[in-house]
Amino acid sequence: MNIHEFQGKELLKRYGVAVLDGYVASTPEEAEEGAKKLPGPIYVVKSQIHAGGRGAGRFKDDPNGKGGVRLAKSVEEVKTNAAAMLGHVLVTKQTGPEGKQVNRLYIEAGCDIARELYVALLLDRETSRVVIMASTEGGMEIEEVAEHNPEKILKVHVDPATGVSGYHGRKLAFGLGLEGKQVNSFVKFVTALYQAYVELECAIVEINPLVVTKQGDVVALDAKVSFDDNALFRHKDLEALRDDTEMDPKELDAAKFELNYVALDGEIGCMVNGAGLAMSTMDIIKLYGSSPANFLDVGGTADAARVTEAFRIITSDPNVKAILVNIFGGIAKCDMIANGIVVASKNLDLQVPLVVRLEGTNVELGKKILAESGLKIIPADNLADAAQKVVAAVKGA
Amino acid sequence: MAILIDANTRVMTQGFTGSQGTFHASQGIAYGSKYVGGVTPGKGGIMHPELNLPVFNTVAECKEKTGADASVIYVPAAFAADSILEAIDAEIPLIICITEGIPVLDMVKVKRALGTSKSRLVGPNCPGVITPDACKIGIMPGHIHRRGSVGIVSRSGTLTYEAVAQTTAAGLGQSTCVGIGGDPVKGMDFIDVLEMFLKDDETRSIIMIGEIGGQSEVIGAEFLRKENFGPGKPNKPVVGFIAGATAPPGRRMGHAGAVISGGKDTAAAKMEAMAAAGIHIADSPAALGSTMVKAIG
Repeated sequence: MNIHEFQGKELLKRYGVAVLDGYVASTPEEAEEGAKKLPGPIYVVKSQIHAGGRGAGRFKDDPNGKGGVRLAKSVEEVKTNAAAMLGHVLVTKQTGPEGKQVNRLYIEAGCDIARELYVALLLDRETSRVVIMASTEGGMEIEEVAEHNPEKILKVHVDPATGVSGYHGRKLAFGLGLEGKQVNSFVKFVTALYQAYVELECAIVEINPLVVTKQGDVVALDAKVSFDDNALFRHKDLEALRDDTEMDPKELDAAKFELNYVALDGEIGCMVNGAGLAMSTMDIIKLYGSSPANFLDVGGTADAARVTEAFRIITSDPNVKAILVNIFGGIAKCDMIANGIVVASKNLDLQVPLVVRLEGTNVELGKKILAESGLKIIPADNLADAAQKVVAAVKGA
Repeated sequence: MAILIDANTRVMTQGFTGSQGTFHASQGIAYGSKYVGGVTPGKGGIMHPELNLPVFNTVAECKEKTGADASVIYVPAAFAADSILEAIDAEIPLIICITEGIPVLDMVKVKRALGTSKSRLVGPNCPGVITPDACKIGIMPGHIHRRGSVGIVSRSGTLTYEAVAQTTAAGLGQSTCVGIGGDPVKGMDFIDVLEMFLKDDETRSIIMIGEIGGQSEVIGAEFLRKENFGPGKPNKPVVGFIAGATAPPGRRMGHAGAVISGGKDTAAAKMEAMAAAGIHIADSPAALGSTMVKAIG
């Protein structure tokens, strides 16, 4: 689960992570009020959307104007900028061409920046440990740094049995060329970040940039925080931070029914059991010359109700010209899926061609149910056959 | 010979009296595997009402009384890490965790405990392990398997079934199939299973099925390049496939571990590394069996 910058900073602050003072605003008046509470004379007006690249992004209705993060030199300037940003659609490198509407701003105090650095905490799969990454290339995209200057990324891994220790922070601080008071500020900062990371069970905490001020303080200028979805049951309070407007409506709908659904831009709707098989089904559709409209793992305990919901969500996408059901029953039983398909087809009055491939547990029973249903289903014998048939159906062959 | 489990493996179940534990133990028994009992804390001392096998309060007691040498876990995600740790503490040689959705920081701790232990872990979030006609531990449909020569190791459950069905149809059959699971932090990885397959006489060829995300397929491929291919080496034919060539970057595709985060963990990059190591890449998930038939020659 992703959250906004202002929410991330608020959480991190509780753990002692240094952040600048700021206020959230959803109207120009609130922005003005917020700015008045800050010392000035510099203010920063920041769009709150779940996507990076906001500063370099441009508003859709003002492509030659200023970006999604703006400097203001007076309270009035904060208000005028807020009016120009709120309710407008911001397009960044990460939002895609459709962009995201800015519904909230974060009005933050300015600061004297001496250096911009990068620090992030995430899980390192190769060592199965939390890694703290730091770089002198603050403000850059870390993927770019990793590709072109991998030596500029410093890493320390934390043993879960001991937790974070002073030397982790010192090793990074000296590696980054920090000195004097900066070293201790950085160690304190990183230690607090680690505490927040493990206690809140984050997936990623990324501070980019992390600034060293002219006074020698270390402060988070931006904060990207996301949580491990599997651990959210232990953090009920974090649920309040969820912003549904940031999610695809179909994905949100699917999540309510515990369906793993990811919207894509192709024309063949897919319903599959198992994540790997669902991805492979997308791959084979592409291989045979079409493209998938979605990823959907219906799970192992699919019954008629869930199959119906899955079909409803798939067909709510107007681009879907045919549906491929690919089930290799293990825990999922083919007869249950077949019953679901029959009920769903009738209830939803399916108009697009439907190709069904069933294999595994209770397959004969499943095939019999479909054959006797009177529905116009195109049966397929195996994965290749299914892909061929569904692509042919779309191409009108 | 096969790997990890055989007809003599004595299987216990954690989460034994729950619906999952009960159902899959009954399927394992019906397949002919040796299930010896299980654990449900608080219900120790009774016989399982449907399976007529003893229920214990702790893993240590179950192991002592039944001689179990493998434990399969069907405990809900919130308590699964605790169950794995208990099995590690009881020195169960093989632990197989089926449970999906375990918080990743729980698994970071489990992985730390495994490092100094006497146990191997398969999973979590996996279908389990099967040695056809000998022992089935997990949720895979037994009837599609046939004892044979292909060792299968995979991050995906249902895609493993695809590989099984295709190698059965090709008349090759399987030695052992190991589902290592779709989580970013897990027990055995490709390299660990591949090492066992290379040493196993019955495994004459290998299928490895990966996904987008992480580097473990690349590490596995590098291991095969050094240890399998070349003069004086086993030279077992290996077929590979990576699911997710069409997956968009940054989106988690069902499995917690299946997300493209950098340039190196895409399907294309992994398949390229695997091909460079000498692995035959199946260009379609429907061509796992046929690619193996060609690779064997």
